[in-house]
Amino acid sequence: MYDRKKLAGIATRRKKWNDETLAPSLRKSPQRLDRFSTVSDEEIDLLYSPDPLSNLDYEEDLGYPGRYPYTRGVQPTMYRGRLWTMRQFAGFGSAEDTNARFKFLLAQGQTGLSTAFHFPTLMGYDSDSPRARGEVGMCGVAVDSLKDMEILFDGIPLDKVTTSMTINGPAAMVFAMYLAVAEKQGVPFHKVGGTIQNDILKEYIAQHAWIFPPEPSMRIITDVLAYCADNVPKWNTISISGYHIREAGSTAVQELAFTIADGIAYVQAGIDAGIPVDKFAPRLSYFFNAHMDFFEEIAKYRAARRMWARIMRERFHARDENSWKLRFHTQTAGCTLTAQQPMNNVVRVALQALSGVLGGTQSLHTNSMDETLALPTEQAVTVALRTQQIIAEESGVANTVDPMGGSFFVEQLTNGMEEKAMEYIRKIDEMGGMVAAIKQGYPQREVADAAFHFQRLVDAGKKRIVGLNAYRSQEEAPIPLLKIDERVEKRQVERTKEVRRKRNAKKARACLSALREGSLTTNVNLMPLLVDAARAYVTLGEMCDTLRETMGVYTDPAMF
Amino acid sequence: MATAKGNRAAAPTKKAARKVRILVGKPGLDGHDRGAKIIARALRDAGVEVIYTGLHQTPEMIVSAAAQEDVDGIGLSILSGAHNYLFPRIIQLLREKKMGDVVLFGGGIIPDDDIPKLKKKGVDRMFTPGTPIQEIVDYVNERIRPRK
Repeated sequence: MYDRKKLAGIATRRKKWNDETLAPSLRKSPQRLDRFSTVSDEEIDLLYSPDPLSNLDYEEDLGYPGRYPYTRGVQPTMYRGRLWTMRQFAGFGSAEDTNARFKFLLAQGQTGLSTAFHFPTLMGYDSDSPRARGEVGMCGVAVDSLKDMEILFDGIPLDKVTTSMTINGPAAMVFAMYLAVAEKQGVPFHKVGGTIQNDILKEYIAQHAWIFPPEPSMRIITDVLAYCADNVPKWNTISISGYHIREAGSTAVQELAFTIADGIAYVQAGIDAGIPVDKFAPRLSYFFNAHMDFFEEIAKYRAARRMWARIMRERFHARDENSWKLRFHTQTAGCTLTAQQPMNNVVRVALQALSGVLGGTQSLHTNSMDETLALPTEQAVTVALRTQQIIAEESGVANTVDPMGGSFFVEQLTNGMEEKAMEYIRKIDEMGGMVAAIKQGYPQREVADAAFHFQRLVDAGKKRIVGLNAYRSQEEAPIPLLKIDERVEKRQVERTKEVRRKRNAKKARACLSALREGSLTTNVNLMPLLVDAARAYVTLGEMCDTLRETMGVYTDPAMF
Repeated sequence: MATAKGNRAAAPTKKAARKVRILVGKPGLDGHDRGAKIIARALRDAGVEVIYTGLHQTPEMIVSAAAQEDVDGIGLSILSGAHNYLFPRIIQLLREKKMGDVVLFGGGIIPDDDIPKLKKKGVDRMFTPGTPIQEIVDYVNERIRPRK
């Protein structure tokens, strides 16, 4: 990218500057810290200059937006064509409560939906299961059957609005219910667009909403890949997620490396299941965290695009350009919000969101200031959404593509991020791939170690967090919080019991036994069986219980 | 790094100088274990014998593990909003098993308004987000002694 002779001159003059200008200055007034590092504790230099970039080839390493290797973005015009999708993760209480919140968000100018399910749904239990006591509607919306899904999306046209659903263990079952709702609305499957997270590998690593062991889980995922390739071509089948890995305490490099390694495992599983790579890879998407270290995050997104493009083309020999493109959703980092002085979280979120935008995200969720304390109030979520709108409409950053490209600092961070992440990926390959690495507890240990290391830095005051271990306030005014009505549980349990009473019992039983049969052989795709079961108002818990019997369950290895 | 479920992270010592035994538990379906694992590790490093239950435990599973391991204290981490059910239920089960003297403490996303109610029901101490680990270690060292 640079003239080598000129670079050599720059290196010489930099050395001179070091000796003649910097050194005397440091003798006079030392730096604030002995060592400067990112939030991931990667050391950062005082100055970045072009000389270490002698190997950077503009055409090969950066290129042009919309062209391989997509370092500068996946679309030729990026936000000049269309802004990112503003998609706030929402769900609490009953399907009615969440439907009202969805409509409120759409009325505020949000452009896509994102559904948060309560823990029983995430774990494949109905609300009347003893395992669900005390949890119904608390952390998300309660969905037990098609009945709840009908209410959840009532008045929301599923051919116009795309929906993202954070669901993993029972992703295929909830997706089946969503398709059944679309059918009831008269929307053909080929017009239905949206995303299921369906990323079980990171559940074992970080988020922990699993049901089945890794192998049967991977089989369900490849069933979804094959089914969507033929029937729901606009659906994003897996949202390969680093978000939760980061929230569990990983570094930025670990987030990037483990997420791409998960992606590699899914692509390999699809190929092994006999699906041609270009038939399913274009519908894989990614989901990253926007953490506090501004430039480290931007470098992470840029490195991710370049890595994925090269992996898809060189390792998996994908031919379709759409298989090479890493499209991603971003969410600001929940774990960086502080319960102390919660208004400060608005500023944290704005900075994090800006890094996602400068990194070229396709969609964005901004956290609300009150989320360390409860699920967000309407007022708090509005400020969070407005934050995105201010970045989009007022800041000017959406006027051009990849404005950070060419920064000596950002390009070196991007290269470093890629190198270190590829190192991890090689290690995981040597272990036999991500499923094997997870079984050995490798990524889980790496993340736990990093989380512990960071906590020690904070407790020692080596990483300063405003309001927490620096700039504390004596008195803090409480902010209003959303309260979940504890009566939701009783009403939801009654509704689900009524669904079971009113449905055609014979049909429901037949669907469950077909599902059971299908799960005993890998020659059958489970998706059509699940769609049939959803149509017959078979509950999520019933579908999952049936498969628990044939596929087994996964339990936490409880390492710490 | 240790340890398999139910295994102790530190070797048991002679009864006379028995270490304090703490069960760190994740009741309910909540999958957030970053905090619980950090605290388990910090307590172990501070010389406490730690039993970590792992995720997705029912109140019955927690109390039965506590009885089996003969623990002196139980620390529960709940970030799912189900604390108003899970803490009282575990206290009730402990009392039924004549283990009411086991010190119960907790942390997580617990709104300020709920804390006095939970303390009244028998939760000894509640740690909210942002608590330095050392504060929890000091609390365990000062407050919890081996049960007779």
